[in-house]
Amino acid sequence: MPESRNVPKRKTRLSLVWVVPIIAALIGAWVTVARILGEGPKIEIVLKTAEGLEAGKTKLRYNGVDVGEVTAIRLSDDHASVLATAQMAPHTEGFLVEDTHFWVVRPRISGANVSGLGTLISGAYLGMEIGQSKETRREFEALPEPPVIAADVPGRYFALESPDLGSLESGTPIFFRRLQVGQVASYELAKDGQSFQIKVFVNAPYDQYVTPNTRFWHAGGIDVSLSASGLSVQTQSFLSILIGGIAFETPATGPVLPAADAGTHFDLFANRANAFKPAARDPQTYILVFRESVRGLDVGAPVEFRGIPIGEVTNVTARVDARTFTFAAPVTVRLDPQRLGVAVGGLAPGQDLETVRRTLIDSLVAHGVRAQLQSGNLLTGSRFVTFDFFANTPPARADWSASPPELPTIPGQLEAIETQVASIIRKLDAVPIKGVVDDLRKAIVQADGTLASARGALDSAGNLVGPSSPLSAQMESTMQELSRAAQALRVLADYLERHPEALIRGKAGEAK
Amino acid sequence: MTAVGVSALQLGLQSCESCGLLSRPAAGIADGLCPRCDERVSFRAHQSLQRSWAFLIGAAICYVPANTLPVLATNTATGTDYDTILQGVALLWSPTGWPLALIVLVASIMIPSAKILSMGYLLISVQRGTTSGGEQRVRLYRIVEFVGRWSMVDVFVDTFTAALVQLQPLMSVEPGPGLFFFAAVVVLTMLAAESFDPRLIWDAALPSGVLSV
Repeated sequence: MPESRNVPKRKTRLSLVWVVPIIAALIGAWVTVARILGEGPKIEIVLKTAEGLEAGKTKLRYNGVDVGEVTAIRLSDDHASVLATAQMAPHTEGFLVEDTHFWVVRPRISGANVSGLGTLISGAYLGMEIGQSKETRREFEALPEPPVIAADVPGRYFALESPDLGSLESGTPIFFRRLQVGQVASYELAKDGQSFQIKVFVNAPYDQYVTPNTRFWHAGGIDVSLSASGLSVQTQSFLSILIGGIAFETPATGPVLPAADAGTHFDLFANRANAFKPAARDPQTYILVFRESVRGLDVGAPVEFRGIPIGEVTNVTARVDARTFTFAAPVTVRLDPQRLGVAVGGLAPGQDLETVRRTLIDSLVAHGVRAQLQSGNLLTGSRFVTFDFFANTPPARADWSASPPELPTIPGQLEAIETQVASIIRKLDAVPIKGVVDDLRKAIVQADGTLASARGALDSAGNLVGPSSPLSAQMESTMQELSRAAQALRVLADYLERHPEALIRGKAGEAK
Repeated sequence: MTAVGVSALQLGLQSCESCGLLSRPAAGIADGLCPRCDERVSFRAHQSLQRSWAFLIGAAICYVPANTLPVLATNTATGTDYDTILQGVALLWSPTGWPLALIVLVASIMIPSAKILSMGYLLISVQRGTTSGGEQRVRLYRIVEFVGRWSMVDVFVDTFTAALVQLQPLMSVEPGPGLFFFAAVVVLTMLAAESFDPRLIWDAALPSGVLSV
């Protein structure tokens, strides 16, 4: 039997193979540690509904980048809301701060926006907006709707106040010179229920055009106004016709102001005309008592002085005197005399502004200034109040004892015409029509006789100039004579024209 | 079970595992080289139990991440989905797809774990010197050794899928980190089975004193 060759026996008792499980353990430990360390924070989001969300599938995205995944969805203990647990990607701790917001992105189609169409295919996901706060947070409440304006868009928020929401909603565009420069962010009814607080966002760089003097107005739809200057149609863009909008503009007149601070409050006017109506700087309230019908005189009707608007009607009431049964309509008006250019300048020392104004108005009234109702529009029957100088008016005085002070009025033009017509009719009434008619009849009979004798006279005159009368024959022969004489004259004139010397020398033929 | 005849060890002979030649070791020295094929010969495989244990423990460690880490990353238009083996089974498990799910379950989860458990049992029984059931244990060992190579089916399927499903940008499939550990489990269990010397199963039945390994 052959013998195997000899090799020195190895001394090692512990095999090198043990390296294998050690390496395996190390790699396994490293992977586990890396996964634990690499795991981002877990957060909980409170939602109204989990519609479209799926545990293990629904992602959390920030600007289109996956930053986490919903790992579990369950009902809250009171079954009122849904709690979604999400596993965030590593290194996202900095995103999860106090003012970070989450919302569910679903396909949304509202007037101005179509968004989230991608989710039709991919399913809903959770969008997020990273806040600026330093406070960390792990439990969030999802917004009911995606925010209209992302937090990192440069621009400024402003607050508008409007008694009426119009067709505004979040996302409604804001126009500056018909360019869309912002959106309505949100709105809420004021606590007293009297107005809406509308939060609007104007993108940079257009926010610099919003100054403390800027006017905002509802620019939705088509604003058609019929005025003395004709039909005017105001619109912003096609979009705003469909879904409404807000426009703003700064009046060209007036001081150039720096851009308004973020959060500045503005009034939102119903239309452009209202927005640019100069604000009354020194409004005064007066009462005008009309003794005629005030039908057609509405609150807001203009008060003019010779066609210049100086104020508006603020109230129309009625007053009946129970003893005399006379009707009166006290009309409250708010006047801004400064619009007339009646500026009370340079007060002398010791003079009171009120006294000066009273003196001025008293002297105007003394010169015949009266308030009168006039028809503004024949179609609608609307009326307005006008002040003018009226000659031959009974003297009157402004009643400063009343509160507010009462200014004298005179009846309107229609009223005056009516009065005149009535007086004419009264005079007609006084005329003795029967006697007049009898006289007329007698006169007619006499006239009949006169006419008969006149006809006889005319007949004899006719006989005198008839075709067979001697007068007529003589006339004819006389005419013929005249005709011949004219002919002879013409011949003479002809000859003289050719031979002017004949006047001196006589006819040439005769001379020879 | 009764061992028939005597073992080579009892006669002081070594068998070459490569060519099967029986040889007598050089004077007083246990290990040497086969005089016919130059293969290293010994009475029993060198440090068989220790090596087998090492590989087996390595495989058992890798088995955990192989099942917890994703083996497949599916990129679709809607995002990336990561699937572990068990999630894949759950995904396939449907009234019509259950046979496929069963195949994956058996080939990828049950067989590797069965292999690890079987090897562990064999090693422990040898160390404890269990004398009974040697024949069954040898059969078990042969099954483990035979099945070992087929466990790579999963790795193959995964790599094929990753290579074939590349419909950028609509869909693509990439292997995940779990696949590396799964392959390691398969390789390490094979090595553990390879390192195990089945002759040790019978040694327990030998009279004490003969064993000098």
